[in-house]
Amino acid sequence: MGMTMTQKILAAHAGHDSVEAGQLIEAKLDVVMANDITGPMAVPVFYQMADKVFDKDKVVLVPDHFTPNKDIKSAENSKSLREFAKKQELTHYYEVGQMGIEHALLPEKGITVAGECIIGADSHTCTYGALGAFSTGVGTTDIATGMANGELWFKVPGAMKFILTGELSPYVSGKDVIIHIIGRIGVDGALYKSMEFVGDGIAGLSMDDRFTMTNMAIEAGAKNGIFLVDEQAENYMKEHSQKAYTIYQPDEDAVYDEIVEVDLSKVRPSVAFPHLPGNARTIDEVEAMEPIRIDQVVIGSCTNGRMDDMRKAAAILKGHTVHPDVRVMIIPATQKIYKECIKEGLVDIFIDSGCAFNTPSCGPCMGGHMGVMAAGEKCVSTTNRNFVGRMGHVDSLIYLASPETAAASAIAGRIANPEKVGDR
Amino acid sequence: MKALGKVFKYGDNVDTDVIIPARYLNSFDAKELASHAMVDIDPEFAGKVQPGDLIVANKNFGCGSSREHAPLCLKAAGVSCVIAETFARIFYRNAINIGLPIIECPEAAQGIEADDEVEVDFDSGKIYNRTKGMEFQGQPFPEFMQKIIQAEGLVNYTNQKRNR
Repeated sequence: MGMTMTQKILAAHAGHDSVEAGQLIEAKLDVVMANDITGPMAVPVFYQMADKVFDKDKVVLVPDHFTPNKDIKSAENSKSLREFAKKQELTHYYEVGQMGIEHALLPEKGITVAGECIIGADSHTCTYGALGAFSTGVGTTDIATGMANGELWFKVPGAMKFILTGELSPYVSGKDVIIHIIGRIGVDGALYKSMEFVGDGIAGLSMDDRFTMTNMAIEAGAKNGIFLVDEQAENYMKEHSQKAYTIYQPDEDAVYDEIVEVDLSKVRPSVAFPHLPGNARTIDEVEAMEPIRIDQVVIGSCTNGRMDDMRKAAAILKGHTVHPDVRVMIIPATQKIYKECIKEGLVDIFIDSGCAFNTPSCGPCMGGHMGVMAAGEKCVSTTNRNFVGRMGHVDSLIYLASPETAAASAIAGRIANPEKVGDR
Repeated sequence: MKALGKVFKYGDNVDTDVIIPARYLNSFDAKELASHAMVDIDPEFAGKVQPGDLIVANKNFGCGSSREHAPLCLKAAGVSCVIAETFARIFYRNAINIGLPIIECPEAAQGIEADDEVEVDFDSGKIYNRTKGMEFQGQPFPEFMQKIIQAEGLVNYTNQKRNR
């Protein structure tokens, strides 16, 4: 029986010729990652099992959530993570100053490449599937076990195939595509499964579009999201990584539980309304409603804090002023992106238009710091979750959108169509 | 192994941000986390829950973040079992790994209401609603999973096996 991309990667890491959906396997791990929330909790669990990590080059720690530390407790947690990294002599520990948001940082540093089997103690670990890797989020016990043993048990997932065709319209990006898809299949539409992205339409998606899409596979309940590796993905890996990579193609007779076709040319700027990422509306539907006044805009995160996202937001904001009732936080995901924003003059555009330009951090995405909301406030955010209370007060509201829609909304003071920002 | 207690009932897509909001994740002390359990969906939960009580919910329970703090805070609050139509996959793994029993059973999720008294037999997978006199068949827990739960988690279970 044919295998999907994911099944081939898992088979190779479990030492099997083939695997099928539902099969339980033990697979070797290429990267084991944790952050300042999940990592410190894993340290005592790890020491119950082992004294040394299985491979100091393969365990990656990134303090990115509550850093630069927001309070004493989070500082203590970061300290324990730092001490662990030193004691274990980890190659890949990124202190504040070099640190970026983990899911932007690891591909940029060349730590994750195609064909690998990757776990991270963060649900958005599925991001690295954009490079053709199997990559999934796990909890503390699993990550501690992975750090100790270098392998973990998995149930081989079934898969849904997404055939992408056509080209995106201007002002439409990967974020709109994934909100559109989750709106169609629902927040548990891919529960326990792989989302495999194939089709001619891939070629027109930038790597940053793809990272945004696989990042949110978890928001459809998926175990992982994965893109077919093409020339663009290979070029990205050659530019960023020294590691050898392996490209896995799905078999022609691979079994898919469902096939979903997406014509990219028909995808509209899209917004996910509170309180589910699957609560999708097109911008046209939003424009037909009473205006939704907003208090805050966040442009950043592991979903949309990459260079493409910064450029797109800046192109909208250039020559405009942020609405007086709105505060805008722009958060580049890594130091490299931060520097590039300076070099390209984007920081001038952001600051001149009235935005705050912050240091890399997950920050406000999960209500940590740097943009927590009060009761009754509304935010247009390029992040990935709009759950109740996610960004602060339980009575605050989050609307998920692309960097372009977020920037257009910042100017208008309400959720706005990026196609209609004048004077560009 | 059995669970017996009163039911707290919730709907679809109960996410980890409402089970334990991120603003409390600067701690991983189970008791402290338990004092904030479910606060953003049910502020009375932490004050009302008694040891042995159960949570029953509909689809996709535990969706969202990978925080193991979520099953941990429910267990520390005294929850003896979570029954749902379906679970999000990371929550499912995390719950078993820290020794919180969870069972997928759509019929039970439909046939149990808030404050019902419910009994679960993990050997047989039988779920008995004492209040309504209804019985449901969930998947029995295999022996190794019961041992993980008895050991209060995968790590203790693994160490117990190693020491033997």
